[in-house]
Amino acid sequence: MTLPDIRQRSGYLFLAVILGHVLLISAQVNSARGVPVLEAVTFGIFSEVQRTLSGGLSGIQNVWSGYIGLRHVKAENDELKRQLAAAQVTGQEQRALADRARGFAALLELRQHVKLSTTAAEIIGGAASADFLTLTIDKGTRDGLRPDMAVIAPAGVVGRIVVPSARSAKVQLLTDRNAAAGAIVERTRAQGVVVGAGEDRLQMEYVSEVADVVAGDVVVTSGIEGVYPKGFVIGRVETVEKSGTAYKRITVRPAVDFSSLEEALVVLTPTPAKEAGQGVQE
Amino acid sequence: MILAVSAALALQTTLARFLVRGAITVDLVLVVVVYVALSAGPTTGLLTGAFAGLVQDALSSNIIGIGGLSKTIVGFLAGIIGTQFIVTQPLPRFVVFFGGTMLHAVVFMGLYMLLDLRQFGSPYGAVTGQATANAVVGVVAFQLVELLPGAVERRRAAKTRLRR
Repeated sequence: MTLPDIRQRSGYLFLAVILGHVLLISAQVNSARGVPVLEAVTFGIFSEVQRTLSGGLSGIQNVWSGYIGLRHVKAENDELKRQLAAAQVTGQEQRALADRARGFAALLELRQHVKLSTTAAEIIGGAASADFLTLTIDKGTRDGLRPDMAVIAPAGVVGRIVVPSARSAKVQLLTDRNAAAGAIVERTRAQGVVVGAGEDRLQMEYVSEVADVVAGDVVVTSGIEGVYPKGFVIGRVETVEKSGTAYKRITVRPAVDFSSLEEALVVLTPTPAKEAGQGVQE
Repeated sequence: MILAVSAALALQTTLARFLVRGAITVDLVLVVVVYVALSAGPTTGLLTGAFAGLVQDALSSNIIGIGGLSKTIVGFLAGIIGTQFIVTQPLPRFVVFFGGTMLHAVVFMGLYMLLDLRQFGSPYGAVTGQATANAVVGVVAFQLVELLPGAVERRRAAKTRLRR
């Protein structure tokens, strides 16, 4: 029998005796919670092993998801960015549709109030030259449009048809230097002629020096030129100056924001003045 | 081994406290355990410690097993030391007895405090005193036994059998 054998056997015997004592003690002693000591100690040790293992597994999992798993994150991120961009474009399209819907609703409301035959048209183009303030609409002769038909918007007068084609038409804006319309100051009924001043302003001419016109007065169409129906808003008086002649120099701010115009109504019904003129010709 | 333990228990209980300068006591049973362990090896030492400790616990209304556990550990380690080192001189024996008593106190008191069964305050002085006393008694016991005729030869024969 060698010494290592004896030591090994005595070691096993030692462990067995120790275990026996622990069991014996445990059988007599409860922990503070009333649980047998052996059970409490064993569970305490085992729970620490469980905690360590769990922590190790969590660490491995974190390394995996936080580093190794990130290999696919860039591709996923790129895909998500692409989807976000597409969603943003869709959102903008929806917003534009909503704006158009609101514009159409206002136009519809105007059409219902106007006792004239009208047709709605969408603005599809602007002027090709800055010298001529015009718009292009998506209605033409096929839709009953003719030259010198008035074009109006919910806010006020836009202009008149100058060149209709079969499926579209060019509209001369009231602010164009070549445009003009008979006008009346709504408050005092002072008459004059509104002419385009370029940019986004109008000049009201031939208003008597003694006429009562002040800034803020609403200017409406008089209908005497035979193009625009009577009583439609042209704009508001911005400034009133004395010109040294028999007439006042009046600047009118248009009621319509031409830069944001998207839809308009074309008045199909001829004005009384035009009908009267046609009758005379006949 | 059983005889030695029984004699130690009888002396321990009949002589009551062997008081030296107040609270210092001698644990004769522990002395016997260490003596047997040094003489006979770790297996005999741990078995002696287990038996002696259990009996002492039973006689002293302690939790049965704490004393046995303490003396088992001391007996086993003393036996290991006895087989690994030359512990034939008084000084090494003194150290083993001293250390064994300290170890026994640590395990014994530690278990009681761990299980919240008893508080011992600051027993450092008492434990040191007991360790010194045990060491003195243990060394003296060894010297007395070795004065017996043939004791040395029997020890050598026993160690030779162990090596085989």
